[in-house]
Amino acid sequence: MAVIKKKKDKALPAVNTSALPDIVFMLLFFFMVATVMREVDLKVSVDKPQATEIQKLERKSLVTYIYAGSPRAKFQDKFGRSPRIQLNDAFATIDDVQSFVVQEREKKSEEDRPMMTMSIKADKSVKMGLISDIKLQLRKAQALKINYSSLQPKNVDALYSSEN
Amino acid sequence: MARNKRAIPEINAGSMADIAFLLLIFYLVTTTMDTDKGINRKLPPWDEEIIEDPPIIKERNIFTVLVNSNDQLLVEDEYIEISQLREKAMEFIDNNGDGSCTYCKGFKIPTSADNPDKAVISLQNDRGTSYGMYVKVQNELVAAYEDLREKYAEEEYGKSYRGMDPEEDKDIIKEIKTAYPQKISEAEPLNIGG
Repeated sequence: MAVIKKKKDKALPAVNTSALPDIVFMLLFFFMVATVMREVDLKVSVDKPQATEIQKLERKSLVTYIYAGSPRAKFQDKFGRSPRIQLNDAFATIDDVQSFVVQEREKKSEEDRPMMTMSIKADKSVKMGLISDIKLQLRKAQALKINYSSLQPKNVDALYSSEN
Repeated sequence: MARNKRAIPEINAGSMADIAFLLLIFYLVTTTMDTDKGINRKLPPWDEEIIEDPPIIKERNIFTVLVNSNDQLLVEDEYIEISQLREKAMEFIDNNGDGSCTYCKGFKIPTSADNPDKAVISLQNDRGTSYGMYVKVQNELVAAYEDLREKYAEEEYGKSYRGMDPEEDKDIIKEIKTAYPQKISEAEPLNIGG
């Protein structure tokens, strides 16, 4: 009688994947630690200007953001295209800035208040009229530390070309 | 023995990877890795009353930078490109007109600044100037000071100013900053070419 060999013996053994969860967990923990939750939904489009003399904002808890730029495409039917200010999650007018700063300052602890920094995240095409108005409101609200949010250019020569 | 056979069966951990992947993808999507960077500036405090007699500064100690609504630069009554601004500003600050600055390397031009301590850069823009241009001008002016400080640090201490540790070299940084104090004054914007 012919001997029928079992097929099982020829099949490749399965790759041991028991270490896969460990690897994935490692990645997961890395991202959990490195992550900063997006706090606001940007309603304005912001293409930051470029600069070389930039400093890092050290403590995020001390920073309050003011966004300025043209409303994004989906908001344009309602709000038009002219640049607007965004505070937290909503469009705002220039008169809201001062109360916003006061409100944000209240949230911070007593010793942190003098170190509060306002980060202005504005699109590079925004006219200075709007930015000057914001700055005036900040001065009135006694928020004097500001930061013009900008990007490090990949190529320094691009800074001087007329396009940007 | 019969007891051994009744040991608790192992829990199937095959789907563990799936759960971990799900969490991983969630964090990948929500994560923002951008670190916030920008040019730090300090605004002057707001005062209701107009200061009656502002300090008198000699014309030669003021370096005027005007930016119009077409993003063009007028520096010391001269039309220049943004790429020339840093050099012009450095020449002005480092001019050493009265000879009191021992570390300056300026040309001692009589119509330019007396010394770095007296030199003031006055910046005025139009309401129609673009924010991008404004940041560029600010950047060049700050860079002019930083470059001078860098040179000074190299000569006096033999190390780079930009590479100094803010805690360790606290006193040196302070000393360099008094050698070249940053004096950039901003005027209220004009509204000509709206």
